[in-house]
Amino acid sequence: MVNCPECETEIDLPEDTIQNEILDCPTCGLELEVVDLNPAEVDLAPEEEEDWGE
Amino acid sequence: MKVNLGILASRIRVEEKLLIKEAEERREINLTLVDPRKLIWDRSQLSELDVLLDREISQSRAYHVMELLSGSSVNLVNDFRTVQLCGDKAFTSVKLKKYGIPIPDFRVAFDRNSALRAVEELGYPVVLKPVDGSWGRMVAKITNREAAEATIEHKSNLDSRFHSIYYLQEYIETNNKDIRAFVVGNDVIGAAYRESDHWITNAARGGESKPYPLTDRLERIVTETSGIFGGAALAVDLLESDRGLLINEINCSMEFKESMKVIDGDIPERLLDYTIQQAQVSEEVARNQCPA
Repeated sequence: MVNCPECETEIDLPEDTIQNEILDCPTCGLELEVVDLNPAEVDLAPEEEEDWGE
Repeated sequence: MKVNLGILASRIRVEEKLLIKEAEERREINLTLVDPRKLIWDRSQLSELDVLLDREISQSRAYHVMELLSGSSVNLVNDFRTVQLCGDKAFTSVKLKKYGIPIPDFRVAFDRNSALRAVEELGYPVVLKPVDGSWGRMVAKITNREAAEATIEHKSNLDSRFHSIYYLQEYIETNNKDIRAFVVGNDVIGAAYRESDHWITNAARGGESKPYPLTDRLERIVTETSGIFGGAALAVDLLESDRGLLINEINCSMEFKESMKVIDGDIPERLLDYTIQQAQVSEEVARNQCPA
């Protein structure tokens, strides 16, 4: 269980969550990054940068 | 014998998660996740890898890691030259034109006045793109001289060094759709239409994937393109025109979340197969060069 750093909603991370995984807060919709798994911790995901892409 | 596979990624999206799951299910793979944000360059840190699959979202980081590993024992998917070519639309177009692959007409200019002359040469509408952009970011369809002057002036005042290069492309009327095809080496995995209400059809901008049955002409042009880019793993974007299929852009760190909904081929599985094959081919070459 983690809390959204923006709206503090409690979020249950699925068992197969991976470090650095991106997820959306179900309440405020912000993108979050799983920055640690032990213990679980999320932070606001980095904002899109100009060199991002495929 | 196990293959030591690294996946280079700072951001685990749906695509990376699928690739990681696929890799973890395979007994022949030892998987290492390489987050470039945590990396302090020291070649020995990655020398345990047989192959590194680039899934990094930052093109600058991907360029540098792949270049630093070029010539090392780590095989790269894709290699630095391919990453460099695909990462710059001017380089991509010049390369494709050299090999006679059909593409929209284009110009590259290095000054705002030259850019305006290039626009007039191509005629209206014309598309102005950053050479290094993705996801339809800062792409402009210019329909007349006044808009060209304003857009080019604005661009000339942007900070990034890449905005001093003006990549201009003939506008192809496609009724707001293009085709994305996925290829690994000589094998086309599948293709999908991307349709939108907007002339920019990128999935990141809301483009919706629809089935596109593979045709001989599509397979031919896509495998030929892959060959020119070193037999790489690519997502090739194509436009349907009255001149036939044209290659629009090539992506070397393919996003496939939306397309895979309508493609039969298993993209993560095939991409991983290809990646492991690159490690094994190289191992075989090394064995042949240094007999026991």
